[in-house]
Amino acid sequence: MAAATTTLVASEESGSLVLAATGEWLVATAADLDRRLSGIEVPKGRRVLLDLTGIDRLDTAGAWLLLRTEHDLTARGNIVEMRNLRASFEPLIDQVRTAGFVPPARHPRPAHHTIAGFIARIGEISVGLIARAYSILGFFGVVCATAVRLARQPHRLNVTAIVAQMEQTGVNALPIVALLTFLIGVVIAYQGADYLRFYGLESYTVQLTGASILRELGVLLTAIILAGRSGSAFTAQIGTMQVNEEIDAMRTIGLDPVEVLVLPRLFGLVLTLPMLTLCANFMGIFGGGLMAWSQLGIGIPQFLNQLSTIAPWSFWIGMIKSPFFAVVIALIGCYEGFQVAGSAESVGRLTTLSVVEAIFLVIVTDAVFSIFFSSLRI
Amino acid sequence: MPDQSREAIVRVRGLVNQFGTEIVHNGLDLDVIRGEVLGLVGASGSGKSVLLRTIVGLNRPVAGRVEVFGRDILAMTDTDQREIEKRWGVLFQNGALFSSLTVAQNIEVPLKEYYAMPLRLMDEIAAFKISIVGLPEGTGEKYPSQLSGGMRKRSGLARALALDPEIVFLDEPTAGLDPIAAGDFDTLIRDLRSSLGLTVFMVTHDLDTLFSICDRVAVLVDRKVRVGTLEQLLQDDHPWIRSYFHGPRGRAVLLSATEPLARPEIQVTAPV
Repeated sequence: MAAATTTLVASEESGSLVLAATGEWLVATAADLDRRLSGIEVPKGRRVLLDLTGIDRLDTAGAWLLLRTEHDLTARGNIVEMRNLRASFEPLIDQVRTAGFVPPARHPRPAHHTIAGFIARIGEISVGLIARAYSILGFFGVVCATAVRLARQPHRLNVTAIVAQMEQTGVNALPIVALLTFLIGVVIAYQGADYLRFYGLESYTVQLTGASILRELGVLLTAIILAGRSGSAFTAQIGTMQVNEEIDAMRTIGLDPVEVLVLPRLFGLVLTLPMLTLCANFMGIFGGGLMAWSQLGIGIPQFLNQLSTIAPWSFWIGMIKSPFFAVVIALIGCYEGFQVAGSAESVGRLTTLSVVEAIFLVIVTDAVFSIFFSSLRI
Repeated sequence: MPDQSREAIVRVRGLVNQFGTEIVHNGLDLDVIRGEVLGLVGASGSGKSVLLRTIVGLNRPVAGRVEVFGRDILAMTDTDQREIEKRWGVLFQNGALFSSLTVAQNIEVPLKEYYAMPLRLMDEIAAFKISIVGLPEGTGEKYPSQLSGGMRKRSGLARALALDPEIVFLDEPTAGLDPIAAGDFDTLIRDLRSSLGLTVFMVTHDLDTLFSICDRVAVLVDRKVRVGTLEQLLQDDHPWIRSYFHGPRGRAVLLSATEPLARPEIQVTAPV
């Protein structure tokens, strides 16, 4: 309806340019009016009359457009005069005028869109990584110091909290760990038998499955599942407490957040991860055995016999690694939780980061162990 | 006073809200008249925020009718809903700014959603809204986590005002602000009302705000509201209302405000 009559008409009148505004000057018509305004050519130094007789409705966006025009033209040296403004619009114009002219905010533009910015960003990330590693090491130190202090006053150890953590990170994770390692055992035995048959060595399927599960896959899979399941939960729990200022409240009451929050999680995970690994090993070999029996007809006595040819060190290597992985996961999960600052958004971001970091470090630790054990020739 | 046109922008009839076994509102009636500033007060937990959320359609009541701009909010097509959402603005208690966007981008969200506008114009409008709510220059580039509580509220108001709405709903706009900032906020609302003909519905605990800018006050007691001007409510002998206005805090504000209730001449100049 009225939108059709919302226009700006330029005309000449006794030596000055008259811009007659009519219709509805609202946020809905602002885009169109903005286009019309920028289409009008005003010669420098010209006297301009803004005739507002025809304006039926006006809101802040419309008022802003009028005042911007006046402001821009005045800045260019034109003399501008507004006339016939309806009295009822005066307070609005006044208020918009007092708000004044502020340069629009720049939109954040990622700096790495230029070449220099890209290189700077590589440097920034590298320095950030070093600082981060340093800071995690510091956190590890604080946790160790707290643990040592606690060892001198063992009565302060909160056994209930540790058991609760063991239930959450261990018992509740048991079904998923068991199922996944069982399936992996099945897959390795099945695929392995296929390849080994090619060389006529399919009778070694049991050794292949057993050794790979005991030495690497059982513990690694368990650690990765727990990093996703418990490491992320640690970050989210501690991070949410951080946002709620609960951790600050703890400090003012005299509780040590590391003692209350980190140690039960750390001890809980260090105790449960080996147990879960044990269970994972069992389920993996069980899956492999099932496959060996159904595909190759290897019976239980033969299976056990073949299994016993695997060096017992394979089992111990897997078990030795598990508490170290537990420390890595618990440490990273808690550390990232304490890094939460400000908004709830950072809880989500740091939870993701914590899982990625924990899995990364678990695999790096595994590699280090691999080198260590192979240099010991076991 | 806005008696010249008694058009009710919001009309609530027979509202019943219940959570579990707890009845929050029972047969509540309320009108918000175009051009007025209506303050809603009540004890903590009496359902003030629930009432606000029900009016803006975030909470579905058990029974009753809620009309905004004469349209039934509870039975409405999506297109109608969008038309109405263009005409109101809501300020949540903590600003509810989108944390991944800068303040300026927050203000541009409704503009972008409803109008095809060139980016430059949108930036200019955002900058101007930031300045009209009294935020310092440069706030537009900041992220919500970098702002203080008061600035976040002002930014939330700037976003609520982005589309030049006819009515704004404010949930405790001055809670948590220092007295000076709260006073500035009152002045801001008053100015906006007189220049834009804005209708304001606000939940508040702030007695100063009630005395200085509200035309009428709705008190949530006994699961219903009692509405009246301050003078009328001061005469009310409901025990809660009496202790609210005649308690030590109420008396203090009352004393300082008795010089003809420091309310300015309000001229309703709604864009016709």
